[in-house]
Amino acid sequence: MNWDVVVVGAGIVGAACAHRLAHAGMNVLVLDEKGIGEGATAAGMGHIVVMDDNEPEFSLTHHSQMLWDTLDLPGDAERVHAGTLWVASDEEEMEGATRKQSGYLQRDLKAELVSAKALQQLEPHLRGGLEGGLLIPNDSVVYPPRVAAFLLEQSGVEVRKVAVSEILDQGVCLTSGEKIPAQHVVLATGVKSVQLIPELPIRPRKGHLAITDRMPGLLKHQLVELSYLKSAHGSDLDSVAFNVQPRSTGQVLIGSSRQFEAPDGKVDFQILGRMLKRATAFMPALHDVLVTRVWTGFRAATPDSLPLIGPHPARKGLVLATGHEGLGITTSLGTAELVCSHITGNPCALDPRPYLPTREVAHA
Amino acid sequence: MPEIQVNGQPLNVKAGISVLAALQNQGIWTTRTSVSGEPRGALCGMGVCFECRLQVDGKIQKACQLMVQQGMKVVLDAR
Ligand SMILES: Cc1cc2nc3c(=O)[nH]c(=O)nc-3n(C[C@H](O)[C@H](O)[C@H](O)COP(=O)(O)OP(=O)(O)OC[C@H]3O[C@@H](n4cnc5c(N)ncnc54)[C@H](O)[C@@H]3O)c2cc1C
Ligand code: FES
Repeated sequence: MNWDVVVVGAGIVGAACAHRLAHAGMNVLVLDEKGIGEGATAAGMGHIVVMDDNEPEFSLTHHSQMLWDTLDLPGDAERVHAGTLWVASDEEEMEGATRKQSGYLQRDLKAELVSAKALQQLEPHLRGGLEGGLLIPNDSVVYPPRVAAFLLEQSGVEVRKVAVSEILDQGVCLTSGEKIPAQHVVLATGVKSVQLIPELPIRPRKGHLAITDRMPGLLKHQLVELSYLKSAHGSDLDSVAFNVQPRSTGQVLIGSSRQFEAPDGKVDFQILGRMLKRATAFMPALHDVLVTRVWTGFRAATPDSLPLIGPHPARKGLVLATGHEGLGITTSLGTAELVCSHITGNPCALDPRPYLPTREVAHA
Repeated sequence: MPEIQVNGQPLNVKAGISVLAALQNQGIWTTRTSVSGEPRGALCGMGVCFECRLQVDGKIQKACQLMVQQGMKVVLDAR
């Protein structure tokens, strides 16, 4: 059989692409060496967040969030419209919150400045003495691997548990030696994309997460410190930031760390310790909570922090959908729209140019 | 023989054993209920799986890693 599209990778990005392409009438086969929703998708936080660091990031996250809100997810996808509460520790960060608010308002998104007193009322377990915050009410959280499985179930596409060893012109070769021809190949292998296409500018960026026992009511919003923006981008140094998420089970997901050049995927207790200290500094009640699991994952980082979405310039039939770093859960749905438009030639609501693999990358 | 309380009921247990052992000696294997309402109990017995957690003296702790003490208040299925 000659497939219209073979999607390599059944993480959230591959699943979203397969879903969208099947919807457009394509005959789609999905291949993953581990199964559905593995890789970074199993490790991520599942925060569906609009980010406004630059215009392309905003467009992709915002458009994707609108698509998330149209999805009729099953209960076990654990979607909660928790909203994001960006927390300001001092006046300088509060000014940052005010600037951030105007960016959201200009783009017709809800964003409410929160005074110190209102912050205490919204989240009583935050430490005292904080300056205030910015509430983005429409952000939500999901359980990503379940969503990946749901998208594939919905699209009815065939999924095979096999490893791809080589990308061919209009097809792939499996480790078994079998060749599968296809009009188009979508590469959605996340941080492992460089194993198949070595010239891609993707670096692994390790992250740690911890989850607690059930503590219903400890927090209501995804809480992120505003200085996260400083620590998350640009710098090559290891960093941790206060980033905690209420799960629908009553558990609290505690993030997050960022490390380049990590030797392996093992839990690094020094970084984990820094991360948990940061969390308890903002939320002292977390001291008394039992952390039941810790794990790590790797984000696929590009030099300019934007994903690589679009045709590979030199390989026939290959469309890239990788390099989503810390926003791939959010941006998977917008990515799928772009990939579908590249393959079908139909127009897309998003301008594809900022994400093209051939763009000029200004090294951040 | 220390006396502990399990869900408000007094229970005399051997000294120097874990809370988990004390419960299992009574035939109690379920220490908590999962999110979806299923019974859960000890799995690894050595502090790594966190499946045996229950409330002791107001705090969620691992039953297999906690030695019985006079007057301990154990709550099964705390949430
Ligand atoms: C700690 C952490 C927290 C995060 N939090 C968030 C968040 O809150 N919000 C958000 O939007 N994003 C978040 N992210 C980022 C997000 O998880 C990723 O961007 C996203 O999951 C990437 O999805 P993907 O499908 O591209 O890659 P992956 O999920 O890594 O999937 C790639 C798949 O390809 C398969 N594969 C690889 N090579 C081959 C091969 N040769 N043959 C066959 N199959 C192959 C793998 O088995 C895997 O299943 C976080 C990431 C981390 C690490
Ligand atoms: S039984 Fe595994 S931690 Fe107690």
